Amino acid sequence: MRCALKAFGIAAPGLPGQAAARSVLAGAAPYLPADETPYAPVLLPPNERRRATAAVRQAFRAAEDAVAGLEPGTLASVFASSDADMAVLNRICTALAEPVRLISPTDFHNSVHNAASGYWSIAVQAMAPTTTIAAYDASFVAGLLEAAALTRDLEEDILLVAYDAVAPAPLFDARPLTLNASVALVLARDAGAPGTLSIESGGESETPCANAALEPLRRGNPALRALPLLELVAAGRAGRVTLRGTGDSRVTLEFAP
Amino acid sequence: MKPLAVTAYTVTSAAGHGRAAHLDALRAERTGLASQAFEDATLPCWIGAVARLESVALPRALAAFDCRNNRLAELTLAADGFLEAVARARARYGAARIGVFVGTSTSGVRQTEVAYRERRAAASAALPDWFDYRTTQSTYSIADYTRARLGLDGVTAAISAACASSAKVFASAARSIECGFCDAAVVGGVDSLCLTTLYGFNALQLVSADICRPADAERKGLSLGEAGGYALLERDPAGGAFACLGAGESSDAHHMSQPRPDGAGAALAMRRALGAHALERVSYINLHGTATPANDSAEDTAVTAVFGTTVPCSSTKGWTGHTLGAAGIVEAAISLLVLESGFLPRSLNTRTKDPKLTADVLLASRTATVDCVLSNSFGFGGTNCALLFGRAP
Repeated sequence: MRCALKAFGIAAPGLPGQAAARSVLAGAAPYLPADETPYAPVLLPPNERRRATAAVRQAFRAAEDAVAGLEPGTLASVFASSDADMAVLNRICTALAEPVRLISPTDFHNSVHNAASGYWSIAVQAMAPTTTIAAYDASFVAGLLEAAALTRDLEEDILLVAYDAVAPAPLFDARPLTLNASVALVLARDAGAPGTLSIESGGESETPCANAALEPLRRGNPALRALPLLELVAAGRAGRVTLRGTGDSRVTLEFAP
Repeated sequence: MKPLAVTAYTVTSAAGHGRAAHLDALRAERTGLASQAFEDATLPCWIGAVARLESVALPRALAAFDCRNNRLAELTLAADGFLEAVARARARYGAARIGVFVGTSTSGVRQTEVAYRERRAAASAALPDWFDYRTTQSTYSIADYTRARLGLDGVTAAISAACASSAKVFASAARSIECGFCDAAVVGGVDSLCLTTLYGFNALQLVSADICRPADAERKGLSLGEAGGYALLERDPAGGAFACLGAGESSDAHHMSQPRPDGAGAALAMRRALGAHALERVSYINLHGTATPANDSAEDTAVTAVFGTTVPCSSTKGWTGHTLGAAGIVEAAISLLVLESGFLPRSLNTRTKDPKLTADVLLASRTATVDCVLSNSFGFGGTNCALLFGRAP
């Protein structure tokens, strides 16, 4: 099946937003590693901004980048994350191991995997459907399949947000994601600008980043499995990208500007 | 959506193992809830625990997945000939053409709770060596276990949208089939008891010390339960076959842990599930009905706005407790049992209906001619899903 790719957003170390990252992704500028900068979501009302966790803010960073110039309240959404917020998980499990078990009500409502999707629908006042997908290291592609399928199902354009955040100790050893990152795509029915995405099952080996300097990023966070696709989009270049799906499956994407 | 045949389904909860046990418990008005502790929890409450879970063994090749949640999945899959039905479908479609969509809210978090407790007891900085994040704690673990156990390799995802998770799997599967990503799908949901949800809902003051009493004037909150359920969905149902006729999703856009008081998001999900189907065809509504004051009130407003006050409805959480990420599939299975049997279950444990509620909450079970059944599921984050079941045209 195919759909239109209307916009993208990105937030990762050294790739702080699609405008700033475009020339690096397009191969026109070198990748320069950089420390992460803190981010306060602009669209969140003050109450929710105070409560939103680091993983939620990470999701918002790419989402807000992708919807710049669009009307975000009109979009349906898919949030794809392997692990949502492991810092909240760590706090809750630490508290539950104590003799007196006191967990914060805010931590509990933030512990649901769909916290980012809930905050987003509140922030942009969208009553359209929103779904939250998890597929471990294949979470980006699983989210993409759901979002692409939604373009056929709904009238609305679809916002896909893939994000994951680094775990604190001791969880880090059990799930060693090496960097915080998020990627967002806005998809629409059929074909369009800046390009059209065709999705088919199958393919051989996974496509690495064209820029080898981006490979540690691609491997360090499930959301950044999107990088080889974003390299094509940023360069306005036609090409094919094969991603590892769930189990032994592969999914091949073809981008045509 | 195009109707999808439900060619096999099964359910396991505190109310019983398999469909017949559930229908029997519904008819006998026998709750699965008990005033008992989970592990060493000290909260006064009722819980719906699944019996014999401790003795369930996973197949040797999948031993790394061993945790309470995947044991519940294993036990659930073993009932009602579900494994055999999927094996036949696999032979027909091929393993790569059957999708797997499983809802959960907490997956194997119980394993992580135990790991943290051992770490504290050992005064260790690290988690114990036996802790395997990917195969137990990970949200995806339950979907991956289901996929591997059934020998499938189609598009697979865990849907984790709190208490709407395993209702939304029907919508995702329908879309995936419609787009040709798969030809058939196993949908389901599994959520198991853990301290996170017990103490978490308690922190929000939503757990009742008494047994849950949906729609009751004196309802004090929910009782937590654990459950699993699965269904096999295939396209082009034969005329008269049991089918999922509609799935409607929406967002409240209101609050992370409170429903919109006006029920507008819930009503939107119900209208979308109905689609072009006449609402007069709905013979019974299985309510989300958690028995918290806010949920039952907002849902009543929504049901009344869409259907008026004459469609019989009830929450069946008095039998199972609130099974969170499994609630959608449990209540989908109960909806299908209602379709098959014509038995409309009452609102169990409800003594005096809240006079402020205007929907026709069943205070006595009865039999009826059933055309279609609607099932509601709502979750934290303001996510709503309604499903419509009936016979295919």
